Amino acid sequence: MSNDWKSYQPLLIPAIRDLHEISVYEKNDGYQALKSILSDRKKWSPENVIEEVKDANIRGRGGAGFNAGLKWSFMPEPDGKPRYLACNGDESEPGTFKDRKIFEYNPHLFIEGAIIAAYAMQVDAIYVYIRGEYRPWVHKLQQAIDQAYEKNYLGKNIQGSDFSVEMYTHMGAGAYICGEESSLMESLEGKRGYPRVKPPFPAQRGLWGRPTTINNIETLANVPMVIKNGASWFKTIGPDTHPGPVLYGISGHVNRPGVYEYPAGMNIMTLINEVTGGIRNGKKLKALIPGGSSTPPLRADMLDGVTMDADSLREVGSMMGTAGMVVLDEDTDMVDLIWRISVFYHHESCGQCTPCREGTGWLEKTLHKINSGDGEIRDLDLLLAICNRMEGRTICALADAAAWPVRYSIDRFRDEFEKKCKKTVYAVA
Amino acid sequence: MSDTYTFDTKDLKEIENIIAKYPEKQAAVLPVLWYAQDKFGHTDSSVQKLVAETMDIPEAHIHGVVTFYTQFYEKPMGKHVLDVCTCLSCQVCGGYDMLHYMEEKLGIKAGETTPDGQFSIQSVECLGACGYAPMLQVTNDKYVNHLTREKVDKLIEDLKAGKKPEFESMKMPQHVNGSDK
Ligand SMILES: Cc1cc2nc3c(=O)[nH]c(=O)nc-3n(C[C@H](O)[C@H](O)[C@H](O)COP(=O)(O)O)c2cc1C
Ligand code: SF4
Ligand code: FES
Repeated sequence: MSNDWKSYQPLLIPAIRDLHEISVYEKNDGYQALKSILSDRKKWSPENVIEEVKDANIRGRGGAGFNAGLKWSFMPEPDGKPRYLACNGDESEPGTFKDRKIFEYNPHLFIEGAIIAAYAMQVDAIYVYIRGEYRPWVHKLQQAIDQAYEKNYLGKNIQGSDFSVEMYTHMGAGAYICGEESSLMESLEGKRGYPRVKPPFPAQRGLWGRPTTINNIETLANVPMVIKNGASWFKTIGPDTHPGPVLYGISGHVNRPGVYEYPAGMNIMTLINEVTGGIRNGKKLKALIPGGSSTPPLRADMLDGVTMDADSLREVGSMMGTAGMVVLDEDTDMVDLIWRISVFYHHESCGQCTPCREGTGWLEKTLHKINSGDGEIRDLDLLLAICNRMEGRTICALADAAAWPVRYSIDRFRDEFEKKCKKTVYAVA
Repeated sequence: MSDTYTFDTKDLKEIENIIAKYPEKQAAVLPVLWYAQDKFGHTDSSVQKLVAETMDIPEAHIHGVVTFYTQFYEKPMGKHVLDVCTCLSCQVCGGYDMLHYMEEKLGIKAGETTPDGQFSIQSVECLGACGYAPMLQVTNDKYVNHLTREKVDKLIEDLKAGKKPEFESMKMPQHVNGSDK
């Protein structure tokens, strides 16, 4: 990649004043992808749209990195009854603050992408689920949706075609778990957000028992450019296995935190040292959480040559997640940090599964004990044993998300944990 | 007692419009609870009863929903609720210092309300503003970013004077430094 990033022109959120206004968006080629589909239905049959998007390999930006077009292809043949697209704007994974930038600065790009997805999967209604704390951004998106209705990009017989689709916003009310796709559907149906057992998968039985696809906001914002410029163009941006632009939300101890747009696969040290101006107050880097609180923390010495894409991060033992990077300086107390993460997961566990409900509680309790100086070395083994009993044994991935940071921190920052433990001497029998 | 809280005809019309967005009535429970909380300031048991009766949905279901989601207030709160983020990025950027400063200043602990009913403080999980840490949200609405003691002082004075914070657009650094056509 070298220095290519310096000349990179943002595609998801370009620096164009008032781009959130539909007239400005239209002047900048907005809604052209949708129009080209609707004006050449032979070239752009729903199947062909899905093929193009699948070929582009837009890897889900909500955390799991699944190919969006491939997911769309799981939807069954239409049977004349309703089908849905749910857009995931729950954005509650600590360290993540990027989707709100799309709502604020380029909402029509997301709306256009969602409409194209609706066309490709032949769905009747789009629900945009947004965390309740984002109320100001829900209003911004709603304004953009109203404009799109006025111009007949949404509603009945879009642009004179026989294609119709409705779009609604739906506000959550404070629950991280509602970002998990099946919990999101429960919440949309007006219930407590308890994740569902899979299978059946959403494409078989989703919202109101009907076929449903769930995509992240940023994922859908990539769709119009794929239709406009083609999958092969899209794949020239970033690594082959993880192509396209990415919104990097960078927080913590850097000089210029914020959301940045660059190709996937950016060199991590370039992002920290050049893009965000390095660690503040002249301190040294200690660790990085690469993609939100559930992605295993990496020590500074593990970051050499590592890039922000699924493969590179997997090789060093972490994940891309949401690309919400939390940069930590040398003064960071890792035990205190991991304890606070465990408080989060304990608070957010929905309580359905015993390993998660009890496990998150035990992690928090044990980490609190160690953090306040009352722990013993053997408590570290206890923590790992709790993690073993949580991972892969629950309805949803929250339990894994809670266990990973603990497991990997003990492995990678063990000396810090040991230093906080009491020096207990056991009598030799 | 739901006779202390009522929906007027305009409210009922609004609620009807909300319900029309969904294929099933129950899906409107969250938005209707939001509507009720905006009007009454909370969703305590009497408000839950009103919502249940209005929507013809069991009160137990409404209660279950209210208690699952942290933003619904199960009891009346202070006029201004200050939700201070102490999670991950805010934790490492002084979120707890800000929380403790506010506790000291208002003479209450997180989870409590001032005796005059003006302010409640809560320590909350990540609000999706991690790059602008430490930060807080005012009564489920506007965010106040990059908190300092001075900013907290000013915010509390403003709120006392009836002045609510404005929406603050946190620009992308690329836009600030790059060309803004
Ligand atoms: C506990 C948990 C929380 C999640 N939170 C979010 C979220 O806030 N936003 C999001 O887009 N995906 C979230 N996800 C992932 C979703 O389940 C789902 O994979 C994603 O929305 C699919 O969209 P994508 O394929 O476009 O990424 C979460 C998953 C889990 C297990
Ligand atoms: S893993 Fe945890 S959050 Fe997920 S369903 Fe089970 S108890 Fe709920
Ligand atoms: S950690 Fe405080 S806003 Fe995300």
